[in-house]
Amino acid sequence: MTVTTYIFGVLSALLTLGVVIEMLRRRRLRERHAVWWLIAGTMALVIGVFPSTLEWAADLIGVEVPLNLVFFVSVAVLFLVCIQHSAELTGLESKTRILAENAALQSLRIEALEKRIAETSAPE
Amino acid sequence: MPSLLERTLIVMPAFNEEDAVRQVVLEVFAKLPGVSCLVVDDGSSDRTVEEATAAGAVVARLPFNLGVGGAMRVGFRYAIDHGFENVVQVDSDGQHDPSNVVALLERLQTADLVLGARFAGEGDYTVRGPRRWAMVVLSTFLSSTARTKLTDTTSGFRASGPRAVRLFAEHYPAEYLGDTIESLVIAARAKCVIAQVPVSMRARAGGKPSHDPFKAAAYLGRATMALFFALMRPPVPLHEPELER
Repeated sequence: MTVTTYIFGVLSALLTLGVVIEMLRRRRLRERHAVWWLIAGTMALVIGVFPSTLEWAADLIGVEVPLNLVFFVSVAVLFLVCIQHSAELTGLESKTRILAENAALQSLRIEALEKRIAETSAPE
Repeated sequence: MPSLLERTLIVMPAFNEEDAVRQVVLEVFAKLPGVSCLVVDDGSSDRTVEEATAAGAVVARLPFNLGVGGAMRVGFRYAIDHGFENVVQVDSDGQHDPSNVVALLERLQTADLVLGARFAGEGDYTVRGPRRWAMVVLSTFLSSTARTKLTDTTSGFRASGPRAVRLFAEHYPAEYLGDTIESLVIAARAKCVIAQVPVSMRARAGGKPSHDPFKAAAYLGRATMALFFALMRPPVPLHEPELER
């Protein structure tokens, strides 16, 4: 590994972490959604700074080509994030549905009340 | 004591039915004196709301399309809020004959959920091919879940008694096909008594039922999946109201 690639790896990881933390700071991202990205960014930074940790981890679980471990973990993280988003979407959809139902029922009530007021306050 | 029809709410989910809805509502009022009629406008972009209001129905407007399930939930909740005991779902396109509602309500005296079945003898409604197979598969499984013979499980013409209304106001499914298939599973598991009454179906006022084999096959797949997941979900209990407060 050349010095350039080493620096490139570390900078990429720092950039990722920086973007996530900055978005958290500006409240553009909630903690519960940011957690996976923080974990992924931290792992990338650790491997970037100490590439030997990757070889050690690959050796530990018996992955022959260390790079494959990187791909595997990346895909796994993306997969989990996608599932989390689907679940959140389902929750949001059912919340909007309930709000829509309530809105329909409330406007019926308002109409009925308005009608009653108009009847009672009508001049004799 | 108000009459059976006065304690009944007709709920009509309507999505872009400006051509038919006025006639259907007028027919309901003519054939079922004393009944109340709620049209749930499911986010229509045409004149459905105006047409239904002109015919004298109460119209609930959903801000966007939720499907039959979402519209029926509004109907059940409205029934609870306004003290209706029974809810009868009638299609707003005119394929259900309102005079059959009386038969459904009579059967409801000894049942919690009554389906108006299209293949139980009356009328001349027929389907063939994969769509027919889907209906056979569904009725076989759902008949055993409901512990009674059901021949037309996807019928949208159904009457719910007080227990079913309470159950559905809380737990009516809003997913695609949930309003027919999953609602039956939910009712059967909450120990509701399910029954069916033969009804005649009329040709729809607008449009023809599709006979595209691919669409029918997709329907078979989605219906099977809906049934599978409905059976896998944990059952919901029916809370009896506290007696005598």
